[in-house]
Amino acid sequence: MTIFAKLTRTEIKLFLREPVGAFFSLLFPTILVAILGSIKVFRDPSPELNGLRTIDVYVGIAVALSLAMIGLQVLPMVLATYRERGVLRRIATTPVRPITLLAAQLTASVLIALVSSALCITVGYAVYDVPLAENFPGFVLAFLLCALGVFAIGLLIAALVPTGKAGNAVGTLLFFPSMFFAGLWTPREFMPDWVQRIGDFTPMGAGERALHDAMSGTWPNWLSAVVLLGYLILFGLGAARLFRWT
Amino acid sequence: MAVIEVSNLSKRYGDTVAVRDVSFAVEPGEIFGILGPNGAGKTTTVECVAGLRTPDSGDITVLGRSPRDPALRAEVGVQLQESQLQEKLTVREALDLYSAFYRDPADWRALAAELGLADKLRTPYGKLSGGQKQRLSIALALIGNPRVAILDELTTGLDPAARRDTWDLIESVRDRGVTVVLVTHFMEEAERLCDRIAVIDRGAVIALDTPAGLVEHAEAEQTIRFRPDKPLDDTLLTALPEVREVRHTGGRVEVVGTGNLLHAVSTVLAVHQIVAKELRLEQASLDDAFVRLTGHTDGE
Repeated sequence: MTIFAKLTRTEIKLFLREPVGAFFSLLFPTILVAILGSIKVFRDPSPELNGLRTIDVYVGIAVALSLAMIGLQVLPMVLATYRERGVLRRIATTPVRPITLLAAQLTASVLIALVSSALCITVGYAVYDVPLAENFPGFVLAFLLCALGVFAIGLLIAALVPTGKAGNAVGTLLFFPSMFFAGLWTPREFMPDWVQRIGDFTPMGAGERALHDAMSGTWPNWLSAVVLLGYLILFGLGAARLFRWT
Repeated sequence: MAVIEVSNLSKRYGDTVAVRDVSFAVEPGEIFGILGPNGAGKTTTVECVAGLRTPDSGDITVLGRSPRDPALRAEVGVQLQESQLQEKLTVREALDLYSAFYRDPADWRALAAELGLADKLRTPYGKLSGGQKQRLSIALALIGNPRVAILDELTTGLDPAARRDTWDLIESVRDRGVTVVLVTHFMEEAERLCDRIAVIDRGAVIALDTPAGLVEHAEAEQTIRFRPDKPLDDTLLTALPEVREVRHTGGRVEVVGTGNLLHAVSTVLAVHQIVAKELRLEQASLDDAFVRLTGHTDGE
């Protein structure tokens, strides 16, 4: 096994050993789909959703939710803790570069988000007949764009905060408004038009919209794609410039 | 050729000068001590040697290379102060993971056994005692079979028994041909382990010698205490160049001085046929030498 694979496996193991984080990141989106789907009115077609049912929309929102929890809450906390505790510094004294650990942590995060998303899509499909994404490559593209955008934000948080606790706090502060615009409390389609327009420029608003596009058979819209790439470039470059290893 | 060569190293953080004009050379196979009070610049110095910090000025070579040379990472094992591992990573996982970082690693099971960690392999890092964490940290510094080991404050937090075990381990590491740089503020440790010691105070090297040489050069004072069997004229003793002071406490005489004090005093006593009873000689230790060199005790 390569060092990178070994590091990634270790990161996944360590993630699974944090029961609270593992529960919320891996299972909570699925539980949300299961609970909302059990509500009768959410299984009726809704005119505001162009004939879709609320539960159909919530599967996409749940996928965005898993990305937001992992990218905004888990990632900055883990990386800032690694710096705070001197884990990155210790790695720097070995033949392995600290950036390898960072890449392994990012890979582990993407894999965990994939599993979490697959789980809620499966439950939505098997239990509530939520159709699978009609444009599957489009869905993968939307998932990746959303992951890149939100993980770049998580990296910048990790670069700026002094401790793991602070990383988690800042991430959580961003998590709630982000998920509001993604429609976690009210799907975007029920929001006033101007709120939706603001949401289009937020990472999770754009991410959920792109996911929703692919779920309903088209490619992610250009605006969302550009917004997410913008977050990736802006926050990614910021993180690369500001990240301190020690 | 020296394994590590440091010449005129300087490093400042903002307005604070951490290290100023530090030079020394570490020879192959020796245990080289860097001794000094807290905040003296010891850690900054070794962090520059380990390639973790860039000096403001001065030259450093390690095994003939620049400290930043990536090729050195496999040759130099570093044990950092205050560098922890992930709470939930077990001892076995840490050893296994870090040994995978090196092309020619040591047998981590043997290393764990040698460091008394064999029965802790399943324990997560967060559940280890301070001493066990320290020993794991030493194991990780040695896991790559380095040619040079840099150990910063390695026995801080260890109980006396564990400290002695660690000293034995360091000696066995040196016997394998590894050059060891040991940062410490424990005199006893430096005296016991080091072939040579650089004493650093306020960012500068103020002495560099063997432990015995340091004691001698510091001309630390010695004190002789005895009870003479008949009254003693102080001037007999104060006339000696070695003697600085003569004091009387009860029936005892205390003679403070330097150099070959005992010989000088006993010669005078013999000439005057005075018998010294309950004779005690208090000799200087590295501790005393250190206080004299730095003009203050550790931690002040």
